[in-house]
Amino acid sequence: MDISFLYPLIETVAKVLFFTFGLVLPLVAYSTYAERKLSAIIQDRVGPNRVGIPLTLLGFKKDIPLFGLIQPIADGVKGLLKEDFTPTYVRKFFFWIAPALTAIPAFLTLAVIPFGSQITIPFIDYTVNLTIADLNVGPLFVFAIASLSVYGITFAGWASNNKYSFFGGVRSCAQMISYEIALGLSLIPVLMFFGELNLGSIVEQQAHGGWTLLPLWNESGFILSEAYWSHQDAFLNWFMLIPLGIAFIVFTVSIFAETNRMPFDLPECETELVGGYHTEYSSMKFALFFIGEYTAMIVGSAIIITLFLGGWSLGFGLDRLLLWDHELGAWKSYAGIVHLGCFMTKIVAFVLFFILIRWTVPRFRYDQLMRLGWVVFFELALINIFIAAIILMWNTDGFTTVPKIISIISLSVFSFLMIWLAKSINTKRGSHSMPQS
Amino acid sequence: MAKVTKLKRPEMSTKDNIYLIGIAKGAFITLKHAFTTVFGKTRGADSLGSSGTGVTMQYPEQKWDDELPEYYRGAPALVTDEQDRERCVSCQLCEFICPPKAIKITPDEISSDDPWAKVEKRPKTFDIDMIRCIYCGLCEEVCPEQAIYLRKDYAITGTSREEMVHNKERLYEIGGKRVGLVNKWNELK
Repeated sequence: MDISFLYPLIETVAKVLFFTFGLVLPLVAYSTYAERKLSAIIQDRVGPNRVGIPLTLLGFKKDIPLFGLIQPIADGVKGLLKEDFTPTYVRKFFFWIAPALTAIPAFLTLAVIPFGSQITIPFIDYTVNLTIADLNVGPLFVFAIASLSVYGITFAGWASNNKYSFFGGVRSCAQMISYEIALGLSLIPVLMFFGELNLGSIVEQQAHGGWTLLPLWNESGFILSEAYWSHQDAFLNWFMLIPLGIAFIVFTVSIFAETNRMPFDLPECETELVGGYHTEYSSMKFALFFIGEYTAMIVGSAIIITLFLGGWSLGFGLDRLLLWDHELGAWKSYAGIVHLGCFMTKIVAFVLFFILIRWTVPRFRYDQLMRLGWVVFFELALINIFIAAIILMWNTDGFTTVPKIISIISLSVFSFLMIWLAKSINTKRGSHSMPQS
Repeated sequence: MAKVTKLKRPEMSTKDNIYLIGIAKGAFITLKHAFTTVFGKTRGADSLGSSGTGVTMQYPEQKWDDELPEYYRGAPALVTDEQDRERCVSCQLCEFICPPKAIKITPDEISSDDPWAKVEKRPKTFDIDMIRCIYCGLCEEVCPEQAIYLRKDYAITGTSREEMVHNKERLYEIGGKRVGLVNKWNELK
């Protein structure tokens, strides 16, 4: 019987299961381990180092410790076996729905992330694209879905019927909405540069034409060769580093704020709010908040990597070796596996960077956080769009000198206005809202 | 009247305001700590004989027993003298002074035909409930016969309440022999 009409269905189900349960959930589990271990060694401590293969349960004399690598599984089992306590004074419906509302959006955004190029399955000659849903609105989909997770945290804070949890929820609501603006605006130069909203195509462009932040090679060759500079986009790539670099910094910091990570983890700052929005939660409901937070962190780093650091591409012109047909741009059958490994390596590196920043930078004060979002990043992202537009305009034929000069004048006037606005807000707020301590 | 000095917040330069340099410097410091810990070269690795990750010792594998000071207060225990005679005369002073009431003694009379009849009393049972004991050392302070001492055993564990009550045999086992002058064996007195 010919079942080839079922292949797309099987492919989608297999991809959903593999990417969520095979890749991201273990990665979430082990990023909690990495968090604990890295924080420990940064602070000259030991960290989890005991949980290993429990041979004593089987009657042996000693366990195998394995540097505590089984710790995440023990944590998961603990989460499932602990009593799931619901206080009597909470709003039951919202209390129950809140953890799911934080975790689900984070997982949904995995759908558009390109994990790799393509795998051709032998024997049946079926090509699998390593993206769950190859949407043409990738980043927009991520923003639309990821901003839903603010509901989970706000509901959790409100339903807990506890003033500290409520503060946590309100803080997180304000913070996430504020930083979404900077998040969206900072991406516009990148999307203008690529002229594309499909994350897979963006990565493919970077694989051949150099990473967004590392344009050391292009289709013609490496940077030191003559061919590189004869390529039409060679100079554009380097000039675009200015707006794209700014976009990278703004976007990365906004992702930190959006995922409620240190130094912006005010919703759950223990010293002020006991534990934040999840104070009243226990067992697996509590664990779901953590899974949601770490998944959001992984998705965030995946987006940063996809847009700025070459996504799944190996870089340095190595991707050409995996091409099966240079003219058609078709990949070899095993290219997807290599690219998947490369992407996961980059994600792990970025998650470690997240953790390192967490244990390096102290927490911001709330007004500092809001000022950074509204006064610095919002203006910077707006000016950045102008800069990118002007550079792209100079690179495009068909513009005379007059619009070019007008654009530069308008950029300077606009930037001056923005900086003046920012300064005036800063001093006005600074004069009477500085803490007395 | 206390003198009030008004301190001005230091002005931040543009370099400080950008933060990125500061964050990079901080990340360098934290990474340095991470690497020294991974290679087991942190402060205290040699001088304190730790495991190399900070000043932490890996407890069951590494122990600090050799470094315990003379005055360390561990589990209280009864001691015998050099001729293996029990020193305790069952005066019950320790039972009375024990703040958490962990000690329980049943006295026993020494019969008059015993060569050491002048000692008069000895403990029939001597129980210390180690769940109650707070290791204060008052029993050692108060003992007129220097029969009870706090030894250096600190890992007192058990799987039941009964197991955590040290009886006389157990106390002598922990305490062992203690050499030195004790008044009650002095015949001149």
